[in-house]
Amino acid sequence: MTNMILTAVLTLGIIGAIFAILLYFVAQKFKVVEDPLIDEVAEVLPGANCGGCGKSGCRAMAEAFVKQGNMDGLYCPVGGEEVAKKVAAVLGVVAEATEPKVAVVRCNGTCSNATAKNNYDGLKDCAFANTVYAGESGCMFGCLGFGNCAAACQFGALSIDPETGLPVVDQDKCTACGACVKACPRHIIELRKKGLKDRRVYVACRNQEKGGTARKACSAACIGCGKCAKTCPFGAITVENNLAYIDFNLCKSCRKCVAECPTGAIHAVNFPPLPPKPATPKSDTSVAADKADATPAAPAVEPQKAPANNQ
Amino acid sequence: MKTFKMGGVHPEENKISTQAAIEVMPLPKQVVVLMNQHLGAPATPIVAKGDKVKVGQMIAEAQTFMCANIHSPVSGTVSKIEPCKDFVGLPKNAIYIDVEGDEWLESIDRTPDIKRECTLEPKEIVAKLKEMGIVGLGGATFPAHIKYSIPEGKKAEYLIINAAECEPYLTSDYRVMLEHPEEVCIGASILRKALGVPNAYIGIETNKPDAIKLMTETAKKYDGIIIEPLKVKYPQGAEKQLINAITGRKVPSGKLPIDVGCVVSNLGTAFAVYEAIQKNKPLIENILTVTGKKLPSQHNYQCRIGITYNDIIKHALGELPETTGKVISGGTMMGKAISNLDAPTTKGASSVLVMDEDEARRNPETNCIRCGKCMHACPMGLEPYLFSALVKNKRVEEAKEHNILDCIECGCCYFSCPANKPLTDEIRLGKNMVRAWMASQKK
Repeated sequence: MTNMILTAVLTLGIIGAIFAILLYFVAQKFKVVEDPLIDEVAEVLPGANCGGCGKSGCRAMAEAFVKQGNMDGLYCPVGGEEVAKKVAAVLGVVAEATEPKVAVVRCNGTCSNATAKNNYDGLKDCAFANTVYAGESGCMFGCLGFGNCAAACQFGALSIDPETGLPVVDQDKCTACGACVKACPRHIIELRKKGLKDRRVYVACRNQEKGGTARKACSAACIGCGKCAKTCPFGAITVENNLAYIDFNLCKSCRKCVAECPTGAIHAVNFPPLPPKPATPKSDTSVAADKADATPAAPAVEPQKAPANNQ
Repeated sequence: MKTFKMGGVHPEENKISTQAAIEVMPLPKQVVVLMNQHLGAPATPIVAKGDKVKVGQMIAEAQTFMCANIHSPVSGTVSKIEPCKDFVGLPKNAIYIDVEGDEWLESIDRTPDIKRECTLEPKEIVAKLKEMGIVGLGGATFPAHIKYSIPEGKKAEYLIINAAECEPYLTSDYRVMLEHPEEVCIGASILRKALGVPNAYIGIETNKPDAIKLMTETAKKYDGIIIEPLKVKYPQGAEKQLINAITGRKVPSGKLPIDVGCVVSNLGTAFAVYEAIQKNKPLIENILTVTGKKLPSQHNYQCRIGITYNDIIKHALGELPETTGKVISGGTMMGKAISNLDAPTTKGASSVLVMDEDEARRNPETNCIRCGKCMHACPMGLEPYLFSALVKNKRVEEAKEHNILDCIECGCCYFSCPANKPLTDEIRLGKNMVRAWMASQKK
């Protein structure tokens, strides 16, 4: 009896020892040397694997950070400033200040502005509708309204407003990952600087047709008249192909262009209402800021974009 | 009775404009000639603003391989050259011509006499097709001179003329057969000569018995013209299906008809070829059916290319009925809804189909019940329900492996689907996705 137990214990013991030695050598042979920093950086990243940074996922981004050793050209739009600081701390470098961005819908084609001149009843998909026709209003640059952008958003920041038929960005949820920008077949959505106190001015139109044609399709289209560009004291506005564009790096949010635009194509978001006299907007930014403190989140020029109305 | 083997459906025929003889559409005040009326690159304008042009004068030239010449359909003055919105609202470069009188080029023979003899050599025929801007009138508007230049190493054995007209509502080919049987046979003989094949087969569906009878009698006068009656089934007029119906051959996936020794042309093309080769008349007119169940009258028109849809509707109907739900260019199965009625017609236009609201409405989509009807209906032997799921989940590579690019977009799957799923739309989207993916792989 004892003999039997002894044999079993010995046999198993020897087999165990052989495998232990074998495994030790195999582990030595196939050892993968990985920088422990990668794990540390990956720990700090959000882990959403959204691909907003352009890499295949957070792990790939962490590898890129460690490989490069600094922050140049690498930015996690989801984590923003906070994550950048943490990553910089892990890597032992100083994070450059990058301004947070937010998705902006550059189309004014609400149901009332761009009235439907025909009816579409095909597949409810923007990419498909884009290949079939110009659009219900006849504007071939405008939003098609089937929500490919909303479907692409992993953070629930985009939704189609049933009243206007346009996508609405929830700026608190938007991480500027850029998935919606890629999903939109008409390139309406742009990532723009969030701006001071979330205030930003932009041309909410992409129509590059001549003024008359653009206006025919949509009453709030940019007609390329160039008034805004002449008004802008900072040279932030360029008019190309009958379409004005505001460079968000140069724009100082003075809102002079908003008042000047004859069709209302330029939107100012999260500003308090303009003072009634057009003479005052010189010290606009400061005045506006003071007022905003008194009346937080007053309805902006475009109410549906204001977070107060949104939530 | 001959027909193709796989799939197919039988939609309501609705050939209600069969009795309407071809009328000549009066000239409009202005025509707009689009620069891409054919498959391939747009033609390049060779006239300038203010130029006087005559009917049949070349106004745009093919400067690339896959392109066709375009001729002035009217006489008058070129008022401007700028983009014009086509029938889906997308701008295309175009020549606007203000109509002044009706002065034709002298070289064009406008007499009704039938000219039977063709002394041209095959190469000369193809060159003349190119000069006259002939394109396939079956829908794809493939430039004819390219189709009839057989690549080296390949041999044409069959010439097939498609007179199936399997699309519901359309009657333009039928009317051409009844009114111009001789011309069609001569056109087919010319194409037969260009290819050097012994026989030309004209496939006609049996729902046109009088056309079959008349064409059979006329064909007796010409060598090598054979009339093939075909069982009524959609999409008989699709190139690959027609080849299968008449020759029994099957065009493999990704191959062209010429790979199995066949060349297919539409009946309208044969008629245009006759006019171009024998009468020196370029492709400046087409036969359009104006039809609709609720319309007071049905018409078949011979009208100049470049006339706007609004002009046609105005002349034919006065104005659109109030209950109009959709205006379609083409038939109910493959036609495209016109969202911009100010757009001009092009070489490939075959009809203006007016549907009322009830007929035009699509039924609401429900869930797939895995009945497999779409597979049975598919004439290409594909699995539309599978593509629907793959496209929704953006599984592009798998869609390609299941031969999504073989789809001919005939609409049989959507037609047969009891859940009203927009399968054809989804497959079209999928094809675009696959092509984009393939292009990105090449880089």
